[in-house]
Amino acid sequence: MSIDLKTIKHISKLSRISVEEQKAEKLAGDLNSIFDFIEKLNELKTENVEPLTSIAETTLKLRSDEVKSKNIREQIIKNSPQDNEDYFVVPKVIE
Amino acid sequence: MSDITKKSLSELVKDIKDKKLSSEEVTKAFIERSEKSKELNVYITEDYASALDKAKKFDQKPNLDLKLPGIPMAVKDLFCTKDIKTTAGSKILSNFVPTYESTVTQNIWNEGAILLGKLNCDEFAMGSSNETSFFGNVQNPIDKNLVPGGSSGGSASAVAAQLTPITIGTDTGGSIRQPASFTGTVGLKPTYGSCSRYGIVAFASSLDQAGPMAQNVKDCALLQEVISTFDSKDSTSIDFKRNDYSKKLTNNIKGKKIGIPKEYRIDDMPKEIEELWQNGIQYVKDCGAEIIDISLPHTSYALPTYYIVAPAEASSNLARYDGVKYGFRAKGENLIDMYEKTRSEGFGAEVQRRIMIGTYVLSSGYYDAYYLKAQKVRKLIKNDFDEVYKKVDAILTPSTPSSAFKIGEKKDDPVSMYLNDIFTVPVNLAGLPGISIPAGHDVKGYPLGLQIIGKAFDEQNILNIAYAMEEKIAFKNKITDWWIK
Repeated sequence: MSIDLKTIKHISKLSRISVEEQKAEKLAGDLNSIFDFIEKLNELKTENVEPLTSIAETTLKLRSDEVKSKNIREQIIKNSPQDNEDYFVVPKVIE
Repeated sequence: MSDITKKSLSELVKDIKDKKLSSEEVTKAFIERSEKSKELNVYITEDYASALDKAKKFDQKPNLDLKLPGIPMAVKDLFCTKDIKTTAGSKILSNFVPTYESTVTQNIWNEGAILLGKLNCDEFAMGSSNETSFFGNVQNPIDKNLVPGGSSGGSASAVAAQLTPITIGTDTGGSIRQPASFTGTVGLKPTYGSCSRYGIVAFASSLDQAGPMAQNVKDCALLQEVISTFDSKDSTSIDFKRNDYSKKLTNNIKGKKIGIPKEYRIDDMPKEIEELWQNGIQYVKDCGAEIIDISLPHTSYALPTYYIVAPAEASSNLARYDGVKYGFRAKGENLIDMYEKTRSEGFGAEVQRRIMIGTYVLSSGYYDAYYLKAQKVRKLIKNDFDEVYKKVDAILTPSTPSSAFKIGEKKDDPVSMYLNDIFTVPVNLAGLPGISIPAGHDVKGYPLGLQIIGKAFDEQNILNIAYAMEEKIAFKNKITDWWIK
């Protein structure tokens, strides 16, 4: 398989990371060498293997549905790059 | 220079308990040495003034029943520390000040330890040389311009250079054991579910584990018993009976069955690593253990599996960095433009690469071919271990396929960098505990490590084997203090 510049553009859009054109070529080269390495898995037949979905063979514990953190609005907002003390602020999304 | 920083954790604890040393004296000694060691670039954030205050307070009313009474220590900058900047080695979190504390660090402070500062690491723990950190390279105290390994490179260098008596790192594919091996220190990656992941900046959630790093096995055992607790805030934390690992530590490993996996004898492995391994085998035999040849047939598929699973989980975990809720934000013409520029300017090259690999392998049309395939192979790798553990109690391997390399040597070749973790990654994929102990030197005088892999929740057993081997190996780190100013 080969990752071309069109695929880079597609992945860049999906991952919300803009890639400058001059860097796209190098990135495609890096990703191709990594995927060449990953292709080794195709040597194995795995039709009848169950995928590993959880490493710990225990069932997840349930807890009661209680509010434990109260009045932490200030703490949550504290690290936002832009806010109006009550809300996170983002660039305008509705015209 | 004071002799205090030369002492092991166990010696410092004893001296403080016997009132031969105060917490203030100990804390001051480590701060002074750290201040002369700026060239190593191990610290991202120093918290010395507050550490001294805490030490003085401890001395006024010392609680000597604690396990880490007034012991100063620095931690990897991947653990959230309340009101103290936590960056994960990234520009995107370079201004992030957590409003809460990770469970693992809280456990440490509850036992009386005092924070010295936050240690450098690869960005989001993605790297094997500490060269992906936004805050610059870390020097290995073993030699100038040598990488300390990664991602817990700052942690490993800080312990080796005696800037902190002990520390904690995190290990997703080898990030504790590989730098421990490169710096001549001891590093334990516990069983998945042993240490809480709450408050640790997430990389690949099904692989990430916190663990202790120290100068010797006993210190490592003591720190492990402090950090390993069941925690309802981490849904994958496991409620099992945890030992007082340091108290139960014994060098009696008579009759233990130790497996030697033939697949770890890889092509092009340096002769000195093969010799190191043979010496290790001889040491455990001398201790009365039995050596059994074993096979882990899917070993060579572990790295390719890891480079699907880990980026897939990372791409999902790192979706939260959007410039809205916390961290760095770039200016954009609209919301989408802001997201794309924030992530492009905020993440470094390796992190971007991994997010993109992860996004691709999870994307429509490729999920079955890559992600599902990798999960199936991961199952085969785990089955390999389950099978051999019917016959053996532990497995002995080299920790890394080489000693530490020079800064810049592998930076532009991602795949050759990834190969560093060839012996450590299978352990994470199977959720097992593994410990790296220093076991010798190469011709250049750089340290080399051996790894002992255990059954799940059997930390005590691998600590015991490591303890017995440590005594036989009698390793001495060759450190000349070349960086001291």
